[in-house]
Amino acid sequence: MNLITPDFGLFFWQTITFAIVLFVLGKFAWGPIMSSLKEREDSITEALESAAKAKTEMATLKAANEALLQEARLERDKMLRDAQTVANNLLNEAKDKALKEGNLLMENARKGIETEKNAALAEVKNYAVNIALEVAEKILKKELKDNDAQKALVSEYLKETTLN
Amino acid sequence: MATKIHKLLLTTTLALVVLFTTSKAFANDPAASTEAAFNPGEMIQHHITDAPDWHIVTIDGHEYSIPLPVILYSSQRGLDVFSSSRFEHGHAAYNGYKLEHGHIEAVDASGSADHSVYLYNVSITKNVASMMLSAVILLVLFLTIAGSYKKRQGLAPKGAQSFFEPIILYIRDDVAKTMIGPKYEKFMPYLLTIFFFIWFNNLLGLIPAGANVSGNITFTLFLALATFIVTTLTANKYYWAHILWTPGVPLPLRIIILPLEVIGMFTKPFSLMIRLFANITAGHIIVLSFLGLVFIFKTIAVAAFGVPFALFISILELFVALLQAYVFTLLTALYFGSAVHAHEHDDDHAQGHEAAH
Repeated sequence: MNLITPDFGLFFWQTITFAIVLFVLGKFAWGPIMSSLKEREDSITEALESAAKAKTEMATLKAANEALLQEARLERDKMLRDAQTVANNLLNEAKDKALKEGNLLMENARKGIETEKNAALAEVKNYAVNIALEVAEKILKKELKDNDAQKALVSEYLKETTLN
Repeated sequence: MATKIHKLLLTTTLALVVLFTTSKAFANDPAASTEAAFNPGEMIQHHITDAPDWHIVTIDGHEYSIPLPVILYSSQRGLDVFSSSRFEHGHAAYNGYKLEHGHIEAVDASGSADHSVYLYNVSITKNVASMMLSAVILLVLFLTIAGSYKKRQGLAPKGAQSFFEPIILYIRDDVAKTMIGPKYEKFMPYLLTIFFFIWFNNLLGLIPAGANVSGNITFTLFLALATFIVTTLTANKYYWAHILWTPGVPLPLRIIILPLEVIGMFTKPFSLMIRLFANITAGHIIVLSFLGLVFIFKTIAVAAFGVPFALFISILELFVALLQAYVFTLLTALYFGSAVHAHEHDDDHAQGHEAAH
């Protein structure tokens, strides 16, 4: 019976002891411990969240950078291409122009030469005719000083000319 | 022979505790006490019940014990405070009081019990001293741990902090949050305090020569009562509605359920009280019984079987110490949960509503 009879003294002291323990621990131990645990958990959650956020931001930034880089690359390629085209055009134009100029020059030169040649040839012809005429005149004058000679010549011509 | 072994066994198991023994008293008749037959029931009863002084060991009829203050009050005699060593372990009366089977009684001049004096015994007994020791340990330990939380703000736990943190978190997450729900926070100090209070007292009881505090009906009665009071004071209208006028039940049934629910209010803490008391006391009795076998059979050969069993039970008791503290805390949280739980039908309705959306 002793075993299951509540004891006043123990109950009395337990009330005091438990009240003190509950109050002191509640105020100075459990409170701070629970709040520190909560704080730490919150900060860990926050850190994880911000890390995840940073990761996403990083990915976004990277993608943006990539896009920017890609754009820049395209821009550069375009610029290069454009420059190439312009250069080519310029070159081609210059070539064409030079060719045309050259051709024109050549043509002109050829024409000049032709004209000069023709003129020279005409002059040479005239000169040759004149010389021939002069020579013929001199020969004729010399040859036809006497009659005999004239007769001989006519006969010679006559001989050559066959009357058919 | 048997008593010698008894002494030997107790001496070896309690050798360390003896170091702080402060009082020794001679038994009135050493010859008679050494000749007395071994009574296992008495031995066990002596170990699991309270005493005015903290008995450590008896060697050759010398009782080594820590004297504790006896504080007595009665309307007739007023307040009396003296050391328990004055009783000389029940062999002497002192100042009109004597020790009778561990109980202090008022006696008249002739030495017979004076039943006209109603005595309030608020002595610091073995159980009270052990409980106060556990309170000191709790205060020192957890105030230190709270200090390290402040010192190491936001850092990983260290030392004792890292040992107790998972336990505290377990009680918060798996006991309080699960059983009570969103309003768990205001119950945390109480739940943590009773858990560690019970656990530490259970463990102190397992130390040889320790007191069987948590296996004392008064101790468990106090805690059960505290849980009952907190439950009742924090209960919301749904709790009372559930008890007094159970919703969703036909009228005749409500009338039948009402007394059952009212009885249930009291059986819950009552079961808490009995469970802890019975588990811890039973553990002590089993260990003492296995050891007592040696003295019953008066042969050391039995020790070959009795001691390993006692050891096995002792180790099991270490687990039971934790388990019972956990069970008490878990059920307390469950009762708190039923007291502050919002109306279930509203919840179901709200959930159904959400699901419908």
